[in-house]
Amino acid sequence: MPYALCFLLFMIGLYCAVVKKNMVKIVIGIMVMEYAVNLFLIMLGYRTGGEAPIIDKTHIDPQTGQVLANFVSNSVDPLPQALVLTAIVISLGSLALMISICIRTYGEYGTFDITEIRRLRG
Amino acid sequence: MSVPLPVFIAIPLIAAFLLPIFGKKGKATATFLANLVTVSLLVFAISSIGRTDVYEVGKWPIPLGINLVLDGLSSLLLLAISVVSSAAMMFSTRYMERYTAKSKYLSLFLLMVAGMNGVVLSGDIFNLFVFLEIASLASYALVGFGCGPEELEASFKYMVLGSIGSIFVLFGVALVYGNTGTLNMAYISKAIQASGLNAGLAFALCLFITGFGLKAALVPFHAWLPDAHPSAPAPISAMLSGILIKTLGIYALARVVFNVFGVSIEVGWLLVVLGILSMVAGAFLAIGQWDLKRLLAYSSISQIGYVILGIGLGATLIAKGANVAWASLAILGGLFHLVNHAVYKSLLFLTSGSVEMSTGTRQMKQMGGLAERMPVTRAACTVASASIAGIPPFAGFWSKLILVIAAVQAHLYWVAAIIVFVSLCTLIMYLKVQRYVFLGELPESLQGIKEHSGSMAVAMVFLACLCVFMGLLLLVPSLKHNILDPAVSVLIEGLGYSARIINM
Repeated sequence: MPYALCFLLFMIGLYCAVVKKNMVKIVIGIMVMEYAVNLFLIMLGYRTGGEAPIIDKTHIDPQTGQVLANFVSNSVDPLPQALVLTAIVISLGSLALMISICIRTYGEYGTFDITEIRRLRG
Repeated sequence: MSVPLPVFIAIPLIAAFLLPIFGKKGKATATFLANLVTVSLLVFAISSIGRTDVYEVGKWPIPLGINLVLDGLSSLLLLAISVVSSAAMMFSTRYMERYTAKSKYLSLFLLMVAGMNGVVLSGDIFNLFVFLEIASLASYALVGFGCGPEELEASFKYMVLGSIGSIFVLFGVALVYGNTGTLNMAYISKAIQASGLNAGLAFALCLFITGFGLKAALVPFHAWLPDAHPSAPAPISAMLSGILIKTLGIYALARVVFNVFGVSIEVGWLLVVLGILSMVAGAFLAIGQWDLKRLLAYSSISQIGYVILGIGLGATLIAKGANVAWASLAILGGLFHLVNHAVYKSLLFLTSGSVEMSTGTRQMKQMGGLAERMPVTRAACTVASASIAGIPPFAGFWSKLILVIAAVQAHLYWVAAIIVFVSLCTLIMYLKVQRYVFLGELPESLQGIKEHSGSMAVAMVFLACLCVFMGLLLLVPSLKHNILDPAVSVLIEGLGYSARIINM
């Protein structure tokens, strides 16, 4: 169910990016898609009632010095979180560039409406 | 001399962040350094021909860590990237003088090179996505570099479609991780071989084809290319058309389809159909154009179609279990056309930049009779046109010939007929370029123009010489054996890639 909702969010973003006429709304649509994918990545690693994947003294077997088996089966998967951090940084960069292009375009054309910004054809 | 693999990414990346420090006063130093970086990358790429290597970043063994992989296909692409980027950088030395903020331009240029080298070398699918985004972000900014209304419009269009493509790729990466539990391409491939394609992985494959197809501007996804490529400064158009769409689109697509997911008849046919659509639609749209750079951009779509057609034909033949020699012939045609197109399309964009700089216009109707005024540009443009149209001694002829032979051997006579027909359309459009730009009457307004010599001419002559001698890459057995054959064998071995990397 959460996966279906996440996919719905992705589709809403795609719809917004494809259909809307306002440049800023298109940018918002793209960001909604980006967040839907980030949410999907986080859900992949989530485990209900899991614990943070940080090893401290309580997780180590005092006799053998090995990590306890139930630590691995209880903790959430840390890798998707690292991926999401990277993806967020990348999307921040592209958001900044997109918004600055929007601002410059508004300065040149005086409008955000893409149906009026049509000097290139072909 | 064997260079550690991260050098290919680290040198341009470090230089990209150092160059803005020079600012306006140190412009000459910055330009010199940037040229030094691209030329040294060319030397490293040549020295790494025929080498296969796996580098584990931070000494973490795979699949725990990230690995960089150099094999035949990667070194072919590295070579193409470094040839085109050295020529384009040499051309920018003089051409970019009229823009302000040249050191920022150089920095973005090198960032793009670093991203492309990373895409080609990465053996980890999430890392591939990160490098893809580095290269794409730099290219979005470079398309809008002039900050005029048209540049900004083109840049926004490119950026929206490019970002959607990247998000599709990221979604695909997430699905693959969810289904296989690893991000290393060799281990993903191993997991897929063990479990087969389930619904999630098949959806991920669709997302990859769409995402990389958007980056490669295959026909249903091509809308951004004819705006973005002409709007960029000429050396950047040369980089984008010459190599960026191939690295981010075709290389990544081929790697994922052949080496990670494994070929199937459906996917092979999908690639063939996409290729034919791009070839035909691109050629028809190009003939009607009067803007020189726009014509070249549409022609890029058409030529990318040839490459995808060759690779798709190979995939179909492998999946059918047909004779491997035919499949490798088709793939050889595709990859050889990729390298050829990188050289002659970047040369054509450089000549268009030279024409635009001298005449101040891109409209072919306002030009004419430039042959006497710009002899070097004219000669280079003629060589490149002859090559792209497939006139015998030049490189373009050989790759098209191989594709036709491969199509005939696969008993797809109609595909061979389409290849020849599109080649004819290509000849028409470049005759049009020759006729309206270089021959005919010199208009009144252009009486006083003269050609810019120096670094721009050197870059054009360098690429023109390559255009003439590229045929040797196929005809001389030792060159073919060292450069083209290893690249073909990487795609032919398909899923064997995973075992090779894991056991290395």
